[in-house]
Formats: sequence, C-alpha cells, structure tokens
Amino acid sequence: MLKEKDKIFTNLFGDDAYSLKSAKKRGDWDNTKTLIKKGRDWIIDEMKKSELRGRGGAGFPTGLKWSFMPKDPALNNYLVVNADESEPGTCKDRDMIRNEPHKLIEGCLLASFAMNAHTCYIYIRGEYFNEAVVLQNAIDEAYEAGLVGKNAAKSGWDFDVYLHRGAGAYICGEETALLESLEGKKGFPRLKPPFPANKGLYGAPTTVNNVETIAVVPTILRRGGEWFSSFGRKKNTGTKVFCISGHVNNPCNIEEEMGIPLRELIEKHAGGVMGGWDNLKAIIPGGSSVPLIPKNICDSVLMDFDSLTEVKSGLGTAAVIVMDKSTDLVKAISKLSHFYKHESCGQCTPCREGTGWLWRMMEKIGEGNATSTDIDKLLDVTKQIEGHTICALGDAAAWPIQGLFRHFREEIEESLTKIRAA
Amino acid sequence: MTNLNDNFSFNETNEREAEKILAKYPTDRKQSAIMPLLDLAQRQNDNWLSRDVVEYVANFIEIPFIKAWEVVTFYSMYYTKYNGKYLVQVCGTTPCWLRGSDQVAKACKEMISPDQNTLSKDGLFSWMQVECLGACVNAPLVQINDDYYEDLTYDTTKNILQSLMDGKEIKVGSQNGRTSSKAVS
Repeated sequence: MLKEKDKIFTNLFGDDAYSLKSAKKRGDWDNTKTLIKKGRDWIIDEMKKSELRGRGGAGFPTGLKWSFMPKDPALNNYLVVNADESEPGTCKDRDMIRNEPHKLIEGCLLASFAMNAHTCYIYIRGEYFNEAVVLQNAIDEAYEAGLVGKNAAKSGWDFDVYLHRGAGAYICGEETALLESLEGKKGFPRLKPPFPANKGLYGAPTTVNNVETIAVVPTILRRGGEWFSSFGRKKNTGTKVFCISGHVNNPCNIEEEMGIPLRELIEKHAGGVMGGWDNLKAIIPGGSSVPLIPKNICDSVLMDFDSLTEVKSGLGTAAVIVMDKSTDLVKAISKLSHFYKHESCGQCTPCREGTGWLWRMMEKIGEGNATSTDIDKLLDVTKQIEGHTICALGDAAAWPIQGLFRHFREEIEESLTKIRAA
Repeated sequence: MTNLNDNFSFNETNEREAEKILAKYPTDRKQSAIMPLLDLAQRQNDNWLSRDVVEYVANFIEIPFIKAWEVVTFYSMYYTKYNGKYLVQVCGTTPCWLRGSDQVAKACKEMISPDQNTLSKDGLFSWMQVECLGACVNAPLVQINDDYYEDLTYDTTKNILQSLMDGKEIKVGSQNGRTSSKAVS
C-alpha cells in the first residue's frame, strides 16, 4: 500500500484549501526557478527516467513524447492540456483540478519550458463549470504572484496559460478533435500524419497531455525520476489515481502504487465488492473503452498497463467499474454502446452508422429477441468498425462488446435459448 | 422570454468579458473564441440560443453564420430552445446506472414532467437524460444548471427538486454527507 509520504496528491479530496497559500504549504511552487535553470535536457531526461506513461488512456511514454517537439526557438510551440475528462468511469482529473490546481499550473510551466512553448491552453470539459472557476482563480493567483506570465517564477521564461471551456462532446478528448475545437470548429478528429508535434494548434508544433500527466511533473522533478520509477514494475511505474465506481461499498478516488492487485485495490480502499468478493461478476478496469474482465481474471490481475494488456483489456484511464452478480451485463454494455452512438462525431461512416447499429443489436439481444447468428453478425460488425476510422472512438465502441462475448457468450446464448423456449 | 430576440447584443459587463475572452487567443484566430462567446451569450439569453443570438456572435468574431451554427449544433451544451429556469440533466451512463440512475430519472418524471425535454407545468423546470458527466465515483448524479448533486437516491432527488420549487437553498455536491470523492469510512 502506498505510504502517505509518497502520495503526490496530498489534497486530492480538498480537505485543505486549493489556494496558492495552502498549495505552497504543501510544497507546490517551491523554488520552481531552480528546476527550470537545470535546463530543458535535464527535465526531459528526468521524465524519461521516471518512465511515466501518459495518464489519459493511451499510456505513451511522456519523456519520449516531449522529445519529439522541435527545438527551434523561432517556432511557436504549444502545450495543450487535455482536461476534457469524459470517459465513463473516470473522474480523477476533476479532483486534481478542483483541489490541486497549482500542481497542474506549475506542471504546465515546467512542461512548456521543456518543450519550448511559451503558451499553454487547458481545455476543460464544459460541464466542469465549478472546477473551471477554481482553476481560473488559481491561474489568476499565479499571475498575481508572478509565477506565470512574463519571466515566470523569475526563471527568465515568458509563459502564458489560458483556460478554455468545452461544451459537451466526448470526442474532444481525442487530441486532434480537441485542437479543432480549440480553433473554434466542431470537434472532428484530424487525419494523422501530420501528428500534432509537427502540425498541431494553428498549424504549430503542439503536445497534448492529460491533466494527471502534467500535474505529477513538479513532484517527479523535485523528488527525481528514479523516485517515481521505484513504484510499480518496469515500464509500468509510479503512483496513479484510480477511480472505483459501480457495485462497491464505498466508491472513491484513490492514489495508489501502479501495479497494485485489482482485488487489493477494491478491498482496501472501496470497502470491497457489494455482497463480498464472491458476488463479483465482472470489472471494466480502465474506463468504458476497455473490454471487461470476468471474476476469475480479477482474482489475480495487477493494475498496470502491461498486466491488463496481457488479459486482453487495458489500464486506460484506470477507472474501475465494478459489476456484481445482480448486473444484467448485456444492458450494462448496451448503455455504453448508446454512449458511443451518442458521442460519435459522424465524420467516418463505419463509426457513424456502426455505433447505432451496434446499440440496436445489443438492445435486441437484451430483449431476448436474437440468436447465435445475430451475435456472430454483431461481432463481425465490430471488426468492420475497428481500425477503419480516423480516430479510436470506433475501436472504443467495438471493444466493450467484443469483451462481453469473449467471456460471457455461452451464458448469454443460454439465456436466449431459454427465452425462445418459453 | 421565449420571444425571438431581434436586437441581441452583449450587455456592458459581458462586453468587457468578451474582450477578455478574445485576448486569450492570437489576434488572427478570433474563431477560437466562439465557444466561450456562445456560452456567454447563452447565459445572457436565459440559457438558450436563438438564431439572432448566434448571428450576433458570428458577426462579433467575423465568421459566417453557418460556421457558428455548426458549432452550436455539434456541442450538447448549446440549447436552441428555452429549457426553463432549472435544467436538470440526469446522467444515465453505466457507472450511474449501476448505482440506480433509473430511480433518479423516475423522480424527475414524477416531479417535473413525464417526458424529457418538456417544460414543467409552472414553466420553471425541464429534465433530460445525458451521457457521462464525469463524477462516476459519486454516482448517481444530476447536473442542475452549473452545479452537480451527487450520491443521489430517489428520495434525495425528490428533496432537491422540492427545495428548488420552494425556493430553498440546497447544498451542492454529495448528498450523503461525504467529502468530495473520498470513501465513506
């Protein structure tokens, strides 16, 4: 279990104020200048040593991603922070924004300096209105104190940070849709290449990072990349904020060591599965886009990127959605299908048409009005969507359904047969 | 209130606010300001956008009306009709559904209107089912205007709606007494 002294987010729950004064007492903005004076290469090197992998879902190594940014000082590079947290099950960034905004802002300065960016935009989902108010207050405080703005934190680096509110579109969490949205357009993902590091916001080199990825940067740089990588396993390091929702006794967010066993995570922090561990049916371990895993896998799986990939699921955003034996799994996944249908931007035909088709088929199965052939057809359609769209929303719509039938097909077919017989 | 607003323009406060918004983006990238400007205009216009209001915003940043209308219709938080003084958005995505969001929707049906997107008899309320609001460990929840009300049951949902109807103040956030997303111990 992660020790209190090793937690990065000591005010995750807002027991203390979010203000600059309180944040400084917690160690934020402590001599930020000296970290910057160590130089760009040192920062990127420490990030590489930390083995931090992006916390937004894809898990790409952060230090490596930063190193892709052009170093030409004549270019107008941007850092864009993705605070469009909308993946069902996920609500970790919300707590960081409302209770630890200064960690995020300080991280923005350090990351922007490392990537030769003088400007940073934070794109926050529109529904997080109160969180945006807090974050804007914190940004204003930082400007007043000279921590951002001209000669930010007396480092010699000019740095501006702006908050931009979205307006309700899951797709804007996809980095290029987010950039389109930031440019004042509807959120249609862009074809890649070119990747944002070459042509991003306003055609300039841009890196898009998740809130958590940026908010852990100041602590990693202060305590050292090796301190961070001492938690977890090789290539799956650090601490991580997990969101535990669904059928547990005490749903919560919690910062833990990467690679904690799933069962331990739930039993130590969320009061266990309702009705006990044996009442568990299945868990979606990383937000709605990753395939569910049945109880026998949950018994022993570790919560990190590679362990969950091995069992054909994923860590995603580390949003753990627990479903006990009372759950109608077809309905639970059908609700996710409805989500993807609603959130498909409509740009690519396989996704626009396919997500609706998947949802209608799932509803049909849920009503008992389907056969084994229908399930085959459904799985075939998921394969026709997967990999055939500009962005990963199509894949994300396909995977939960594939996961469901990978583990529960027999059970679902049995109940369909019973309904037909009745 | 629901009349077409032929002469919409930002009031003085919002004009200053609009200038602050424009200052966030490069001067040749005014279109970037469209989302915060539409939000500002919507707030000034009883939380909905008529065609005239959108035209005003499009002119404000010198883009064609259709570019602005595309944005209005793409994002779910711009409303092209009046939704009452209180818009209640019930999250129904899986994490909320697992914790009883159907009961929350039932309370809204009984207290506001049997159908979503329909004004209550007094014209003050409407409700709608929405997708994930991003507060899943505090499920189920509703968003009423700008605020989240979390850890709901059928009864607490009814109490909240009744308090709003009676003009009483209600506590924003978790309704079961816990602090933010910390586990109840």
